[in-house]
Formats: sequence, structure tokens, C-alpha cells
Amino acid sequence: MFRNIALIAASALTLTAGGALAAGEGGHVEDVAFAHEGPFGKFDQFQLQRGLQVFTEVCSACHGLKYVPIRTLSDPGGPGLPEDQVRAYAKQFTVTDRETGEDREAIPSDNFPANTGAGAPDLSLMAKARAGFHGPYGTGINQLFRGMGGPEYIHAILTSYTGEEKEEFGSFFYENTAFSTGWIAMAPPLSDDQVTYADGTPATVDQMAMDVASFLYWAAEPKLMDRKNAGFVSVLFLVLLSTLLYLTNKRLWAGVKGKKQHA
Amino acid sequence: MAGIPHDHYEPKTAGERWLHKRLPIVGLMYDTIMIPTPKNLNWMWIWGIVLTFCLALQIVTGIILAMHYTPHVDKAFASIEHIMRNVNGGYFIRYLHMNGASLFFFAVYLHIFRGLYYGSYKAPREITWIVGMIIYLLMMGTAFMGYVLPWGQMSFWGATVITGLFGAIPGVGEAIQTWLLGGPAVDNATLNRFFSLHYLLPFVIAALVAVHIWAFHTTGNNNPTGVEVRRGSKAEAERDTVPFWPYFVIKDLFALAVILAVFFAIVGFMPNYLGHPDNYIEANPLATPAHIVPEWYFLPFYAILRAFTGDVWVVIAAEWLSFGIIDAKFFGVLAMFGAIAVMALAPWLDTSSVRSGRYRPMFKWWFALLVIDFIVLMWCGAMPAEEPYATISLIASAYWFAYFLVILPLLGVIEKPLPQPATIEEDFNAHYGPKATPAE
Repeated sequence: MFRNIALIAASALTLTAGGALAAGEGGHVEDVAFAHEGPFGKFDQFQLQRGLQVFTEVCSACHGLKYVPIRTLSDPGGPGLPEDQVRAYAKQFTVTDRETGEDREAIPSDNFPANTGAGAPDLSLMAKARAGFHGPYGTGINQLFRGMGGPEYIHAILTSYTGEEKEEFGSFFYENTAFSTGWIAMAPPLSDDQVTYADGTPATVDQMAMDVASFLYWAAEPKLMDRKNAGFVSVLFLVLLSTLLYLTNKRLWAGVKGKKQHA
Repeated sequence: MAGIPHDHYEPKTAGERWLHKRLPIVGLMYDTIMIPTPKNLNWMWIWGIVLTFCLALQIVTGIILAMHYTPHVDKAFASIEHIMRNVNGGYFIRYLHMNGASLFFFAVYLHIFRGLYYGSYKAPREITWIVGMIIYLLMMGTAFMGYVLPWGQMSFWGATVITGLFGAIPGVGEAIQTWLLGGPAVDNATLNRFFSLHYLLPFVIAALVAVHIWAFHTTGNNNPTGVEVRRGSKAEAERDTVPFWPYFVIKDLFALAVILAVFFAIVGFMPNYLGHPDNYIEANPLATPAHIVPEWYFLPFYAILRAFTGDVWVVIAAEWLSFGIIDAKFFGVLAMFGAIAVMALAPWLDTSSVRSGRYRPMFKWWFALLVIDFIVLMWCGAMPAEEPYATISLIASAYWFAYFLVILPLLGVIEKPLPQPATIEEDFNAHYGPKATPAE
């Protein structure tokens, strides 16, 4: 009896959990097959480097990345830049030294600067702070295989401008089918060939949006690959341990349980 | 311990005798671990070990997290990011702690429903049940305060909504709310006291867990038949029981390992699945999120809280009868706490002389409906407060109360129970057959 109830309960939960906790109002977000999705998904290092380039040349004009230490650009499982490149990269930012209180060139141990000038939100955690559409707040329990949906949200925002704009109280708003209210204050940031990729990848808006979305997911979840590795090893050992304990348990109870008389 | 007759610890060497005379700690450990346990316990009896593990996991990971966390409104959110990015293994410890709370509640709900089905709350185990309910309440308080600590949007607004419940108490509500928050609104004082209490309460829970175990070690475990272990003599008791070590320790550890494999898969592959994206946005008192949703384990009671709106006749009646003191908001708060209170009173509301639901043909169906009711409430709690969810919540809330206040008392009178086995041994042998060679 209890087993039946438990089964019914479990299946009811599975069925309701996804569809039930539906996304709020908001825009239309398309799925993107990112390399980092799924239990064995890994970041595409070259994509992260291209995304870093888009962030540096385009987004960083208005957006900050204040929780991300610049040194992590050379961490394994990230963009993996050589350390001398990271040192050179850091120099383009100016930070206020915490000890002297004076402005100076950034060094790798500094974080990316905060940038609140244009009133734009910080992007450090943006890829985890937007629901996208996978997981409990989306259409199903496919987060395991298709990721959280945050990077998809960023990609959708960058590619869903309709070209319409309006002025309200002196501010301009741009129509964007991915944004919750349909009108966003950010002007369309990307246009084809806005950056020149060193690896020769054609810099279409779609490509740049995917690259920067992937980069921002790394910025939000820099330990993703370590985490999946640790998870995999843990599961492997626990399955092994379960097997051994199952056999131990069976052997142990054999002396208590008699031979079954009839089925 | 008292109860079922069994072997006790005998100090053998001079050193052991010396210690035993002064502090019988080895004897206490021996009696605890070797307690005679009904040999017919099924797989629903493993959740105790899972819960003990959860408590240990949360305390250990929590102590490490507290070493790197800063309880200050300007620094809390950044210190979580510091843990996630700079602390060695910090991201994994934090995800373990975050999801550990979910495993804790998953296990506790199965543990509670196990008790409700097999009548584990009935005499003489009422104290075990009541202590368990207090532990459950403390768990909810601890989890709620822990959720505030990362100082994200849901942390802040969840704290605002939940502490606002106390503001609904007539007369003294506002004073209580201010006292809880340490000020007129959720702010630094609130964060500091929540951090302090979030660190303290797990140790209170640990102490109550010891009492919980002490209580059911005194009465002996319940079991799927609900028939008591025979206690006439040691030989008789031994035909119904096996010692906890090694039989149930190994069985429970096997179950724990399987559950942990799933748990670590979630932590490793989708650690934010059960979280809310808004909590990765730093708390902002000026921007209210579109939907303030509590964590999944609070949803059933959140649904009950919201179910009793001002246009429900019971609420209107209560307001009229109390001359307006009990308004809709306060009624909702009373209903939410009442939902847990009626569960705690189950030992005195259930009039049936039969303990296990296995031998109660009518009870089974009402119980199954209660489980479905719980899931429906959980679903409603996640939905916006509009139709048809409001009506469904109301019906589901009504059933929750009806189960404990009407159905349990009535069933005991009108139900004709099925025949129960005379002994646990008989039930066990019916499943597995008598042992071929008794002296093996």
C-alpha cells in the first residue's frame, strides 16, 4: 500500500513540478544548444574567448562585472588565457586601490570594475539571475540536459530587437520580444561584424550573442566544470558503495530471512 | 535502556570496569546501538538515518560557510560570491548546503507520512511524535532564516513577507514584528540576528534529535504491523527483533548511499534546479519581485496561508464572531500554524485501536487522499493567487483539516479493521518463510 502511494506521489510530483511552476509573464526565449549543457557538457574555450572579446569591446562600455576577478580568465575550465595576456588585458581597466585610495591600472588580482554609469545592471551573475525557461520556472524538468536557460535569455535579449523604438518621458525604449515588458531601455548593442574575431569566425549578431551569453554563464558559474567533475566522481563512488552495501546487506540478512516457502 | 529485554554491556577488563563505575558511557552507546529492532521494518524506516545524515551535513558545511560569510547588508551578497569563486571547494560546499536543505525536507516529509500511515504517533509514542513536530518547526525556522542570509531578492522579500505574518496578530502584532526584525523593516539588524539564530538552532535540533531517539528507544520502534514486540522474556523478544547493529545499520547505510547518489547528481549537475533565479540578484528594498515564492518545502503551508481570503464564509464568520479581531490575514496565519498543530495532535485525534494503516481498509484511502492533498497544496503554493488555484487551495486546505479533525476521530468508530498478525515473527515469516535452521 505504502509503496503504491509513494509511487503515485512521485509521479504526480514529476508531472506537476515542471508545467505547474510555469514562468511568469515575459518574453519569448528560444533554446540554444550550448556546449556547456548536460552532465558532461564543457565550456568551449574558444567561444569563451570570443565572448570575452564581445564583452570587452561592446558590453563593458556600460556594464560592470564586479564579482569576477580578472585573474580567473586564466583558470582552467574558463577562457584559459595565458597569464601574460591576462596581465596585459587587465591594464585597460582603471581601479581605485584599496590601500592607497588612488586610481591605478588594474592587475590580475583585481576584479573587473563595477560600471554603473549608464544605469546598466552588473552582469556578473546575470546568466543565473534570469529564469530563462528550463527548470521549475520554465516548461519542464529538463534542466539536467539543457541547462538553466539563463544564457538562452541573454542570447534572446540580444537577438530579439524588432527595430521599433519609442520615447517616454525623455527616455528611449526599444521593442524587444524577449524582454518581460516588451520594451527595453538598452539600445540594440550588436550589429553584424561589430567585432573582428581573431579565429576568423563570422561575427554575425547571432554568433556574437551566443558567444557572449556563454562567456557570461562562465562569469556567473566559473566552477562549472570542476563541479560537474566532482559530481561525476561522487556519483561513481556512491554507486560503487551502494553496490557493496547491497551485497553486504543481502548476505547479512540471509541468516535472518528463511527460505521463502511460496512466491 | 528500558523496554525490550536484551543483553547489556558487561565491562570485561579492569580499565573498562573502572570507567563503567564512574561514567557508563560505553554501556549507553552499546545499548543505543544494539537496541532490539523489529525485524520486519520496511524501506520507509530508513529516513531517520537520512535525516541524521542531513543534520550532520548541514552543520559541517554550515560551519565552513560561516568561516567565510559576512553578515552585513553591504557585504553578505559579495561574501557568498567570494565563497563561490575564491574559497577552495567553496562552490561545492555551498551547493551541498543549499540542496542539503531540500534533501532534509524531502526526507522529513516522507518520515512524517510514514508515521501517519503506520500509526507511529499512537500510544505509547506520543512524546516521540511531539518532539518530532517541534524538530520540524525548528527546521522550518532554521531553513527560513538560512535562506535570508545570501541577501538576494528572494531572501529579502521572503523575510519581509514571513515576518509580516506576525504583524497580522491583533493588537501586539506590529510590536512583535518590530521586535523580530530589530527595526521597522528588514535590515542589517535582521540579517545579524537571523545569522546568529541560524547558527544556534541546528544545535537545539541536534539535542532534540537525541531526545527523539531516547523516546522511541524507550518505547521500542513501531513497525509495519503496528503489533508490539513481545517483551515477556529475552528469548521471546529475540524472535521478533534483531539488534540494530549490524542489521539495520547496514540496511540504512545502503539506502543512504543510493539516496546520496541522486543527491550528488543534483548538486553536481543541476545545483540551482530547486532555487530561484531572483536570489542571484542582490537584495533591493526598492524593487519588489513579480512573484514572491517560498522554497518548495514551504509551499503546502504557504498555500494554506493564502487559501483563506476575505470572501470565504468561514473567514467572514470568524471575523463577525470575533468582532473583527480575526481578519482574513490573521485567519490565514492561524490556519497555517493550525495545519501543523492538528498534525501534532494526531495521537489524540485518532480514535482507532488499530495502529497500522495496513489493517485499516477505509483509513488507507483517506490517507492516500491526504498525500495527494499535500502535493496539490504544494502545487497551489507555487501558483499565483488567482483562480482556479484559489478555489483548489481552499478545498485542499479544508481536506487537510478535515482529515485530522473529522476523519481520524470518526474512522476509529465506524471502521471494521482487518485481522492483524499475532506477532511480528508471524508477519515476518509470512513474508520470508521460517528460518530453515534456527541455530544457524
